[in-house]
Amino acid sequence: MISQIFILSSKGDHLIYKDCILTAGFLCDLMSGLHFIHARQGGLYWVASTKTNPSPFTIIEFLNRLAALTKDYCGSLSEKSVRMNFALIYELLDEMVDFGYIQTTSTDILKNFIQTEAVSSKPFSLFDLSNVGLFGAETQQSKVAPSVAASRPIMSSRGEQGGKNEIFVDVIERLSVVIGSKGVLMKADIHGEIKIKCFLPSCSEMRIGLNEELSIGKSQLKGYSSAVRVDECRFHQAVKLDEFDTFRILKVCPSQGEQTVMQYQLCDELPCAPPFQLFPSVEKDYVNRSVNLSMVLIFLKLRCDLPPKSTALNVSITVPVPKGSTSMSQELSSPDQTAELQPKNKALLWEIPRFPGGAQLSALFKVDVPGLSSASLLEVGPVSMSFELPKQTCTGLQIRFLRLSPTQTGLSQRWVRYVTHSDSYTIRI
Amino acid sequence: MPYFGSEEMVKELKRALSNPNVQADRLRYKNYITKVIRYMTQGLDVSALFMDMVKASATVDIAQKKLVYLYMCTYASDKPDLALLAINTLRKDCADPNPMVRGLALRNMCNFRMPGMTEYIEQPIVAGLRDKASYVRRVAVLGCAKMHSLQPNTDIDGTIVNELYALLRDPDPVVVVNCLRALEEILKDEGGVVINKPIAHHLLNRMKDLDSWAQSEVLTFLLRYRPRSDDELFDILSLLDSFLQSAHAHVAVATLRLFLQLASAHPAVQADALLCTSAPLLATCGAASRELRFAGLCHVQQVMRSQPGLFGTHYKRFFCGYSEPTYIKFRKMEILVELVNDENVALVLEELRSYCTDVSPELAQAAIAAIGRIAQTYSEKCLDILTGLLALKQDHITSAVIQMFRDLVWFCPQSTAAVCQTVEACVDSPQDSEALLWLLGEHGDQISSAPYVMEGYIDGLKTELSSAVKMELLTASVKMFLCRPAETQDMLGRLLHYCIEEESDVCVRDRALLCYRLLQRGVEETRKVVTGPKSDPSMSVLTGRQEEPISQWASTFNTLGPLSGCDLCPQTAVISAADQPSSSAEKELLPESTDVTLSSPDDTEEEISLSLGPPLSHETFEKMWLDLEILQRQTMGFPRPRTALDTLQAALQLVKIQTLAFTPGATVPWKAYIYTRSTGTLILAELLQGDQHAPGIDESLVVSVKQQPVNQHAIRGFVSILKGVLQTLNVDSS
Repeated sequence: MISQIFILSSKGDHLIYKDCILTAGFLCDLMSGLHFIHARQGGLYWVASTKTNPSPFTIIEFLNRLAALTKDYCGSLSEKSVRMNFALIYELLDEMVDFGYIQTTSTDILKNFIQTEAVSSKPFSLFDLSNVGLFGAETQQSKVAPSVAASRPIMSSRGEQGGKNEIFVDVIERLSVVIGSKGVLMKADIHGEIKIKCFLPSCSEMRIGLNEELSIGKSQLKGYSSAVRVDECRFHQAVKLDEFDTFRILKVCPSQGEQTVMQYQLCDELPCAPPFQLFPSVEKDYVNRSVNLSMVLIFLKLRCDLPPKSTALNVSITVPVPKGSTSMSQELSSPDQTAELQPKNKALLWEIPRFPGGAQLSALFKVDVPGLSSASLLEVGPVSMSFELPKQTCTGLQIRFLRLSPTQTGLSQRWVRYVTHSDSYTIRI
Repeated sequence: MPYFGSEEMVKELKRALSNPNVQADRLRYKNYITKVIRYMTQGLDVSALFMDMVKASATVDIAQKKLVYLYMCTYASDKPDLALLAINTLRKDCADPNPMVRGLALRNMCNFRMPGMTEYIEQPIVAGLRDKASYVRRVAVLGCAKMHSLQPNTDIDGTIVNELYALLRDPDPVVVVNCLRALEEILKDEGGVVINKPIAHHLLNRMKDLDSWAQSEVLTFLLRYRPRSDDELFDILSLLDSFLQSAHAHVAVATLRLFLQLASAHPAVQADALLCTSAPLLATCGAASRELRFAGLCHVQQVMRSQPGLFGTHYKRFFCGYSEPTYIKFRKMEILVELVNDENVALVLEELRSYCTDVSPELAQAAIAAIGRIAQTYSEKCLDILTGLLALKQDHITSAVIQMFRDLVWFCPQSTAAVCQTVEACVDSPQDSEALLWLLGEHGDQISSAPYVMEGYIDGLKTELSSAVKMELLTASVKMFLCRPAETQDMLGRLLHYCIEEESDVCVRDRALLCYRLLQRGVEETRKVVTGPKSDPSMSVLTGRQEEPISQWASTFNTLGPLSGCDLCPQTAVISAADQPSSSAEKELLPESTDVTLSSPDDTEEEISLSLGPPLSHETFEKMWLDLEILQRQTMGFPRPRTALDTLQAALQLVKIQTLAFTPGATVPWKAYIYTRSTGTLILAELLQGDQHAPGIDESLVVSVKQQPVNQHAIRGFVSILKGVLQTLNVDSS
């Protein structure tokens, strides 16, 4: 049973505060027996307080769901959008929680009760204009959904944009990899999910076809073909699986807003080579032995093992450096890359905005470390990377087709998007 | 922020809200109302606008109604007389043809917190319970609970309770769950809602219609139900089987808890359920939401207390991601230590090694401590890593490593030589003084440079702040003097002189005086007192975790308990903080008087009562055991009972003595560690049979007692109770 719900900004200001238990002066006398549970989403703290001893999973998942619903209804999740839409959020909370008990969180039910329109906080942007052709003509670009298309409120009946009947199906994978010092793959986990974001006011059954050769579990390998395999998967309870076993088709009636249709994971195995290989060399070098001015030479050669047509975006590489590093000079291969030394974190950060598949980049860093001992080289490593691989899934899971039932009226646009994020990508030196 | 000049702001709003022009323009009017709510959220007092807001509630615009109701609920308790005005509008809305309006009005009317509200809301609630719209019924059911909470001390209205029980059969799933919640609130004093067989079976059959929140809540209510027969039990379990694999972690975990509780007499079923749920649990450990991840990890740790092998093959899941927050990393390392086995030890150590150079000192030290724990089983490999870390010459790392060395030598005497060699090489930059001094004193004979290092400490004594270090230095120097007198004599003299003549701390001075007087009695006397055992491998009985029965933790599973994790630590901290001064005061002031009172005859006849109190963790016990002195050692005169260990444990539990750990079966020497509480003191005891040092009394059980704070009376009571139990068991078994 939840006593209070807060939404706090990152600085701790109250954006939303709802007291569910109706006792005046409650906070003062019960502070001692009160538990606070919070989740962090979109740079905001979503907090629930309770006097009882509830299931932490329930409360945390509820807070996450609240954040997701807020995102659905307000378009995006930020301090500004919450501030602008506070009336809407109070309305949502009012229907979701009564007397501290969760009533419903399903968009299908909620949409009947929510009256307030979202105020979208979209800043004016030149990118939006670039999609508009001359005199309203359709341009080539408009065939690709703009990246912001999915971040708009689900309930804007009057806005011109809201007229679009769009449905987005996203396949999102999170990769966590540890590569040993000799380039051996030591650990590789993939957590994936298929998410639907639906803007259709009402949607009948939709069929999502996955790769036919998809196999689940270790025992089910089919023949020699390069089967797409996952260890285990779980489905949203609304998904009908009667055609899944034979044809790998998911049947679902999506409700408005965002929902996770399927979650899957693959452990200890990567169907393809890991996307990045690093060939490091670390050396000690004395500039001037007499005044003990020494430095560490770190030479990194990074190869991207993706297919040539795809690219990795926002690649950043963090290399821990010995304690006491003072300054750094670098030789990078192109001007769009940046590198900086962060003495507070004892690390150097190398950033590459775009990294095409099959390419190889190298960089040389000279880090000045006064009073270097040979043991200090032990402190260099492990290297961690973060990146984003658009249009790419590491398991190879694909969506073959996306069919709305023929009875669906009106024109609807369907988008399928793939992306792989690095959850944790560590390379030992 | 509008905290300043807020009165102006309120006045302005009041003017605007009462302006007929504004009232005519719906959009503008609503805008002003929104503004009022915004200020209210920011903490501004806008209660002065109550009248105007009541007027605004008479509208057809539902969105505006909602805003006004929100306002009224907040300020009704401040302005009860004005709120009465609003009730008329609300009651009218309760009869509106639109169910949404009816529900909304009823819910908000129940939310008013003011005295005398009950008479206004009772009739609409009763009507709402029979409403044909499920939305209104949901609100009305919870309204009953709210009405009860307004007047918590009145008698329970039997008709409403009956009506709620009847509504458990409602077709709408949310109404069903709300009924359970409302009954739970209303009948709180009588032990909550009664789950009998028909209700339980009805709920089980409805499970599929409920949404995930309701499912996990119903599962929690079902914990109360006890099936009559095994057949019924297995019917229930097979009905719930599919929920173990639910996509929602909270449902899977709630189901698991129910399984563990219901099948407490069927360990095989429990094990199967745990195996089934291990996949969803592991999935939460890798969830995108960090908070969920943390909750998952804590529960994995709890499951591992009984089934350490369950996650053995998945140890790689507990490798830390570099961007994870430290609270997750700490948990993961704790789990990794538990999962180490022959196959994965190399990989786990390599992983832990990479955390040791982390930028956060706490994390680095925790990683080193984790390696130290593993070293108690795999000492060689860990020693290599720890030694390598010393070369980094960073204060926090060296300090943690030396502490690990000390523990290692204590638990695994076979690694002493290797440790001494390493310490020898690294002591040029002494860091963690206490642990290092202990090592130097204890094993000075094997570390050739030990006296010179110690000399460094003695020379820098004037700048040393910690009295604990000084005391350790005194003890260590005396020990060193015993094995290497020639090198130590001079500096020991200087040390004692300084500590006795110039030291201001009483404890240090007393220790120095003690050492001085001991030395006066001669070397042999001193040796007898100062040198104790250099290690105690059997203590690893305490550190090696035993598999606990599932029932030990099943009751706190899926609650906040596992998350607070160290829920035992604060209590023990309180014990030591509260008792330390009194015990030391007692020791100083009344050393003899306690003896006097003890010898008075009527005192011994007084019954002593033992109690269990909060459980002690293995770590706390171990720490206290090492810190405290043995107060009493007694030979029982009979061997240990030949009963099964479970029986022994149960028998001791019966007289409120908790068993912490014991050596299995017929191993010699046989040891058991037990503890209990009595009138403000904590008694720790060790039962020992077959002590190598005293082969004569081989067959007899020896009990050693430690206590904090000291209370001789309690100890004697404890020993006599213990003796009674053991003798009874002996009679039974023979």
